Amino acid sequence: MPYDPMLVQPMRAELTRLGIKELTTPQAVDSFMAEQSGTAMIIVNSVCGCAAGNARPAVTLALQQATNAPDRIATVFAGQDVEATARARGYFSDFPPSSPSMVLFKDGEIVHFLPRHRIESRDAMGIAQELATVFQKHCAPARAA
Amino acid sequence: MGTFHHDKGDLHGITVVVDTAGPRVYVGRCDTMDDDRIVLLDADLHEDGEQGRSKADYVRRAAMVGVWKKLDRVVVPMSEVASVRRLSEAG
Repeated sequence: MPYDPMLVQPMRAELTRLGIKELTTPQAVDSFMAEQSGTAMIIVNSVCGCAAGNARPAVTLALQQATNAPDRIATVFAGQDVEATARARGYFSDFPPSSPSMVLFKDGEIVHFLPRHRIESRDAMGIAQELATVFQKHCAPARAA
Repeated sequence: MGTFHHDKGDLHGITVVVDTAGPRVYVGRCDTMDDDRIVLLDADLHEDGEQGRSKADYVRRAAMVGVWKKLDRVVVPMSEVASVRRLSEAG
């Protein structure tokens, strides 16, 4: 049974307040993925504090620290926005469903996948360092805010 | 944001590899573990040699990308368990 949306809202806000686009419908996912040039990241958010509780702060830290960043970042919420999450997973269906998880695309191709089991055992700083390294490798310099 | 989970032990919520003394190895999210059993959620299992892969081969692959769940929940008696380790440390 899904968690109460009121309880989940702060978990959504941890990402959306960074300017990350929330995709709540399959159509929104398709629209986001239609643009294939450059880099795009999808974050599969989830309630579980064992992993997502560190994943969300890690995204914040990585975006604050990295000189490079994805051109576009979006999030779907597993267990909440079920259809949108299923559609998003269809774009990285070679990988087992995992939440939370993060996937980075470059010109429409997957260049990095970070599954739950590599999130849950690390603190936010460790996850952020991996993300920053991946951003540095694959992404263009971040635009000034 | 914190977790809604109750205290179920250090491995609660962690994806683990449960190796057995026999041919079977499990990978799943640990729910509870005590002296009698370990309960895994969203678990996969592999038999040594299945699809031409040893248990070690299977675990190495799982450590890279995760697993496709076959079982919503599985209970493994501790009498069958040879080791329990985090999947993230099994690669």
